[in-house]
Amino acid sequence: MVEFDVRRHVLVPKHEVMPPEKAREILEKFRVSPHQLPLVKASDPVAKAIGAKLGDIVKITRDSLTAGKAIIYRYVTEG
Amino acid sequence: MMRVPKLIERMDFGLLSPDEIRKMSVTRIVTADTYDEDGYPIERGLMDPRLGVVDPGLRCRTCGARAGECPGHFGHVELARPVIHVGYIEVIYDCLRATCRKCGRISLPDSKLEEYLNQVAEMRKDGRKWWVVADEIVRSASSVEKCPHCGEKQQQLKFEKPTAFMEGKNRLTPSDVRERLERITDDDAMLLGINPEVARPEWMVLTALPVPPVTVRPSITLESGVRSEDDLTHKLVDIIRINQRLSENIEAGAPHLIVEDLWELLQYHVTTYFTNEVSGVPPARHRSGRILRTLAQRLKGKEGRFRGNLSGKRVDFSARTVISPDPCISINEIGVPEYVAKTLTIPVRVTAHNVEELRNFVRRGPDTHPGANTVISPDGKRYDLRYADREELAKTLEQGFIVERHLMDDDIVLFNRQPSLHRMSIMAHEVRVMPGRTFRLNLCVCPPYNADFDGDEMNLHAPQSEEAQAEAWILMRVQEQILSPRFGGPIIGGIQDHITGAYLLTRRDTLLTREQAQQLLAAAGLAVDLPKPAIKKDGTRYWTGKQIFSMLLPKGLNLAYKAKICENCVRCKKEECDIDAYVVIRDGQLLNGVMDARSYKALDRCEVLDRVAKDYGTTAAREFLDRVTRLSIAAATMFGFTTGIDDEDIPPEARERIDEILDEARDKVNKLIEIYNLGEMEPLPGRSLRETLEMRIMEVLAESRDNAGEIAEKYLGLDNHAVIMARIGARGSMLNLTQMAACVGQQSVRGERLSRGYKWRTLPHYKVGDLGAEARGFIGSSYKRGLKPLEFFFHAMGGREGLVDTAVRTAQSGYMQRRLINALQDLRVGYDGTVRDDRGGIVQFVYGEDGIDPARSDGGRAVNIEKIIERVTGFSGG
Repeated sequence: MVEFDVRRHVLVPKHEVMPPEKAREILEKFRVSPHQLPLVKASDPVAKAIGAKLGDIVKITRDSLTAGKAIIYRYVTEG
Repeated sequence: MMRVPKLIERMDFGLLSPDEIRKMSVTRIVTADTYDEDGYPIERGLMDPRLGVVDPGLRCRTCGARAGECPGHFGHVELARPVIHVGYIEVIYDCLRATCRKCGRISLPDSKLEEYLNQVAEMRKDGRKWWVVADEIVRSASSVEKCPHCGEKQQQLKFEKPTAFMEGKNRLTPSDVRERLERITDDDAMLLGINPEVARPEWMVLTALPVPPVTVRPSITLESGVRSEDDLTHKLVDIIRINQRLSENIEAGAPHLIVEDLWELLQYHVTTYFTNEVSGVPPARHRSGRILRTLAQRLKGKEGRFRGNLSGKRVDFSARTVISPDPCISINEIGVPEYVAKTLTIPVRVTAHNVEELRNFVRRGPDTHPGANTVISPDGKRYDLRYADREELAKTLEQGFIVERHLMDDDIVLFNRQPSLHRMSIMAHEVRVMPGRTFRLNLCVCPPYNADFDGDEMNLHAPQSEEAQAEAWILMRVQEQILSPRFGGPIIGGIQDHITGAYLLTRRDTLLTREQAQQLLAAAGLAVDLPKPAIKKDGTRYWTGKQIFSMLLPKGLNLAYKAKICENCVRCKKEECDIDAYVVIRDGQLLNGVMDARSYKALDRCEVLDRVAKDYGTTAAREFLDRVTRLSIAAATMFGFTTGIDDEDIPPEARERIDEILDEARDKVNKLIEIYNLGEMEPLPGRSLRETLEMRIMEVLAESRDNAGEIAEKYLGLDNHAVIMARIGARGSMLNLTQMAACVGQQSVRGERLSRGYKWRTLPHYKVGDLGAEARGFIGSSYKRGLKPLEFFFHAMGGREGLVDTAVRTAQSGYMQRRLINALQDLRVGYDGTVRDDRGGIVQFVYGEDGIDPARSDGGRAVNIEKIIERVTGFSGG
């Protein structure tokens, strides 16, 4: 079977792992602890594809019906 | 900060052990009697004074508190023989099935049990639902025939409703059951879903019964002085009486049979004490034959403790009555009957500024309208003005007193109509006290409440504190709700006649004399000078309707849009439009076009009201709406406007043409069927031949109906009032009219032509397999001419589907909404624009991803550049 890169699928938006520096900035900006962010499992296919590790923050840029582009951050958790 | 008396750290749910029942009991109850001849409660009886106090003035024998403060104390009954608790009957059955009848271990090998035990420990650590493992264990263990621990042969155990177990031919007594449950080890109990730290299996079989305090089952003293006991007390009397007889008989060494019978009777009474709705048990009844309301019934259902008393409560300071319309009051107002105003009160603290006014209220008392019902002195004493010396009280009234005065004009009240589906279902109104017995409301607020006047009732609540009143006034007042957060447009606006009147007034050929113009302005509540007349003819001055309408528009309003009546011509002639559908408003003057549904109709794309509300504020919008609706109604009254059945009349030649079209369609359908029968039909892609035929027929018939409608429309001009209403979007549609005038069309069920009923045909009046237009529910008649009997039947079939659909839809969407609300109720938008839950967890990083409140945006966008250009230049970009 040919390995398929999920990131190439049309329905999968752009995912990036945030460098720790940026991640801290984001937590500060929203004044939240990591657990108050939406979560993504470390076993998530996209998270695996971009090499996100436990405790990382993933930035997702996706198309939005209302705003054109929307940026969402997710905290990588166990699972 | 509120003092926290006790902080809850943890909660356990378990069973009461017999020891615990005895420990929390203040007395053992032995006699079934309640009171002696003198009316004093009997000690060790069901009304023992140690169980708490309900009569005012007395002190509790246990805690010393007065009635109201004493929470009550439990007693207990020692049961002569154990009795099964019905509520746990299924758990007991599971426990018995899964365990060995001799050694009491779960009938699974040790290795298996070990495995499960580890699994449970693991799940408990993670905080998961460990008790679900029990289902699987019971399922596998109950079918084992030989105990793997002691080798005992297991017997088939049968559960016999309601509370008995049969092992082979032997019936297990509750004592047997309890013995077996006792043998279950703590580890095994864990595997059966019972945590031995808080509950032992044998506690599901009662040996002692807690007797709830009298505060739980207060007796009612009737006017005649006869005491009437609570249903629970009656049931407890039964239990104690039988329990006593049972123990006497056991002591006397009565025959086995008698003891057994009494035991069963005791089981029945205890069962019905817990719940009186067990299948297989006749419900316990009162002497009058009324079914007793015991413990489970108190909690269960819509009127039970949870749904009826905890999730929802009855409130004071509220009123409910029928609603009726009043076009003369503002949308912000509500007409309150004087009777209601005299019953509902608002507390007012006496100050230096209002003493005199409040003294007058007190003097007038509870029966004359702007009066007062009670006075509360600074030391907290209440004076009921029905009985007090009002003159005297008014004199002593001074700062610090509180007067509960009647509801008065301009008070703020909340008004509500169920079902409360969105926030506009509860709005704050200003009171207008009126004669009569109904609440009066402005017609413009019907859409948000979804109210009409066919007998609807609505609720009114009077907020008591100044804080609540201010909050309601600022946030909930009707004018603040004009723009709906649902679609960003007005949900409060003109309806029906309001639109018709404005259209009649703003038509090109409407000319008004001085008297007429002034009469209209007076109706609108405007006392201003007339502008310069537009036309002078034969020495008389005439004003156009547009001039009059313009006087309500705010200065500086610029707008250009296409009205509802616009026919979407290929090339728009703009200002030169033949039907005056191109609206131009410049600097608050209506220069061109007519006012119709696009101008200020509720729940429509109403340009004018939308603009006024967004650019001039809610107060201007409210004023505009109040005035414009009154003006429209006055205009419609002045010009006269009516509709009747003759509005659907069409000349005979039109009828003939329509009949011709329908005949042609029938022929076409027959031809299609012929082609189909000859097998010469070309199937459409992805369709069977039969489906193709159906689609083609539907097409032909729909087209013929449309053509028939078009012919009728030609004869129904804009001088026809029904047509006017449909065209301007005030009420009804052209489809409604053509169905009445020309042809009703195809009836359908599930989007297909009617086909069911008899074998291969809809009715026995047709040949088997007839696929023709009539045979499958096409109605060629019009509502006006009347339906033929068979057509009527088909119409009923189609109509039935519509009714069922609405019924099903409301039920389904209601439940969906309930679940949505439950899921979203704690979310809120923070000051940083994030949507967060109650733990501060982020749900959306920017509200709606664009951070825009639809009610405060233009067409969903933060800035509407087109609108700004249009407003500045007066020309639309498109």
